[in-house]
Amino acid sequence: MVLINGTAENAAGMTVEEYISETDYNKSRVAVEINGEIISKALYTQTVLNDGDTVEIVGFVGGG
Amino acid sequence: MSFDAAKAKRYARHLVLKEIGLNGQKKLSVAKVLVIGAGGLGSPAVMYLASAGVGEIGIADYDKVDLSNLQRQIIHTTDRVGMKKTASAQISAKAVNPDVNIIPIDERLDPDNIIRIISEYDFILDCTDRFETKFMINDACVIAGKPYSHAGVVRFGGQAMTYIPGRGPCLRCLLGSVPHDSETCSNAGVVGAAAGVLGSIQALEAVKYITGAGKLLCGRVLSFDGLHMNVRVHKVSGSDPHCTVCGKEPSITDLSVNRNDYYIYGCSTGGDEE
Repeated sequence: MVLINGTAENAAGMTVEEYISETDYNKSRVAVEINGEIISKALYTQTVLNDGDTVEIVGFVGGG
Repeated sequence: MSFDAAKAKRYARHLVLKEIGLNGQKKLSVAKVLVIGAGGLGSPAVMYLASAGVGEIGIADYDKVDLSNLQRQIIHTTDRVGMKKTASAQISAKAVNPDVNIIPIDERLDPDNIIRIISEYDFILDCTDRFETKFMINDACVIAGKPYSHAGVVRFGGQAMTYIPGRGPCLRCLLGSVPHDSETCSNAGVVGAAAGVLGSIQALEAVKYITGAGKLLCGRVLSFDGLHMNVRVHKVSGSDPHCTVCGKEPSITDLSVNRNDYYIYGCSTGGDEE
């Protein structure tokens, strides 16, 4: 299981890119941190979520 | 600040707080805070900073009050439609607290003037309404070494975080490059009270920074989803060492390097600073 924003999810084996594409997040407006390290967007397609990872996905909006 | 009976009464609810007290109130009275954008986020932020007794509040906005602003921009009033937002905000802030000094800044912030303007202030609030401007403020604050509060709001929610130089990630660490999409346009909609929540958080961060109270949203992003009433504080503790503005070998050392990034792609009309 992968702990994503505090919820255990069955996402091990998926890349960050694959996970995000299955959610409502917009890739250009998210920040992804895995085990305390920010993942650059260029690495989303090659970064695989592993069992036991702690992931924070933060969506941003630009209005004010 | 001479502390007369009227001030003791005005700030009585601050004075009883152990985190603020008389020392904190004195710090607030000599602090200078710049609010960029007197719109949905900036309206509550300016009102709370003024009522808190922040000594000098700069308000930057080049727009005029429009009838469509009043659904959320609570610092402005119906009889001020057409007035400069800075002038309208000044009237409301001074009505709440005549002791604070309000500096209206009507010029449009751009890569050529922003560093000069922010350098006058202790803390900056980004209350603007699009990513291009938010990134310009982020980059300027990183380059000038200024702490600032970021926030964004659309529909029923948004996010807030605080950047403190050398102590946590900046907006560019988290997002990389400027997202160019139309989501911030007026057609996405926004509930006034949601902007009120996030703008109030920004004012609270400023008060905490100035008085040294508590723990800032530095290295953390608060996500507020008012539609389902979920709040999460994401820990994003690490700065990106490869960040192009605050990393170890930054390529953005001057705002002219990235000038095109700050150009507005999404919305072609309306003010920058909502």
